[in-house]
Amino acid sequence: MRLVTSDGGWNPYLGGALVGLLAIASAYATTKWLGKTAYLGASTTFVRAAGLAEKTIAAERVSANEYFTKEKVRVDWQFMLVIGIFLGALASSLLDRSFKLEAVPPLWEQYFGPSIAKRAVAAFLGGAVAMIGARLADGCTSGNGLSGLMQLSLSGFVALAMFFGVGVATAKLVYRRAE
Amino acid sequence: MGTEHILGLATGTIFGFLLQKGRVLRFDKQVGALLLKDMTIFKFMLSAIMVGMVGVYALQAMGAISLSHKAANLGGLLLGGALFGAGWAIMGFCPGTSLGAIGEGRWHAVFALLGMLVGAAIFAELFPLMKSTVLAWKDFGKVSLPDVLGISPWAVIAAFWIVSIGMLAWFEKKGL
Repeated sequence: MRLVTSDGGWNPYLGGALVGLLAIASAYATTKWLGKTAYLGASTTFVRAAGLAEKTIAAERVSANEYFTKEKVRVDWQFMLVIGIFLGALASSLLDRSFKLEAVPPLWEQYFGPSIAKRAVAAFLGGAVAMIGARLADGCTSGNGLSGLMQLSLSGFVALAMFFGVGVATAKLVYRRAE
Repeated sequence: MGTEHILGLATGTIFGFLLQKGRVLRFDKQVGALLLKDMTIFKFMLSAIMVGMVGVYALQAMGAISLSHKAANLGGLLLGGALFGAGWAIMGFCPGTSLGAIGEGRWHAVFALLGMLVGAAIFAELFPLMKSTVLAWKDFGKVSLPDVLGISPWAVIAAFWIVSIGMLAWFEKKGL
């Protein structure tokens, strides 16, 4: 098995195993230094970021909202983790020169053409639906998927089965090659 | 920035670096997996989970960390899981990977990011309604699969490894 893939990336088993080690180290470090074990996750940060943004135009609405109050609108450990994902990907892609400004994903273009507007509308609507789902399920592919399964949580198994099951079915319906 | 923020930022930066190196941030990889044509993200995720579960349960047995299960709320997981799956297939990113994709220059992921922020704000408005309907249906609580089955977590971990290795070997054989 090769350590470097044809696109210059690392072997996915190696990269994945290192993420597993990172998750273990992170659980240990957060327990030791923050007093509470934190697991990798991302979607709660979108609630906090939405709350912070909404606060600038309607502060009272945010402070009166039960869900924003429950999830606490503040920049916390996970918020910084999500910002870190951006920085780490930026650093990695600049270092190995895989950074590329891309307006439309190549695979999307094969099915739907080069229109940026078309891609933007689909991504926006898909994003809104996915986030409503992630909040209902109390976690996304990171929180419920990675972290949930690492802990053998019942919720993780159910969530990941639904994510992939419905994801595969939707992809089959949406990505049909034009005749 | 306090300890909390520095620790989060450092962990996230390594996470983003590894996700980018694994080439799993891209739309083509995510949708490729859902179209069952490119199993890179399955390989990446399964490897992370297989390694992670051993360390998490070992550290928990030593009393060094605690588990933090999410509630197995059936209505939330089934409806929310379905909505997430459908949105994911169209968006082509997960919440975390959208930020990473922007980091590696795939700036169209900004539209996905904006959609997710709006989705989060909509959910905050819907929450009282959801709490009294979908989320009120059936909640099994914050439990693990070994709790439910009444067996040792190590038996579940062993079974997970065996099934995963079988699946990964099959992907490799098929050249996926």
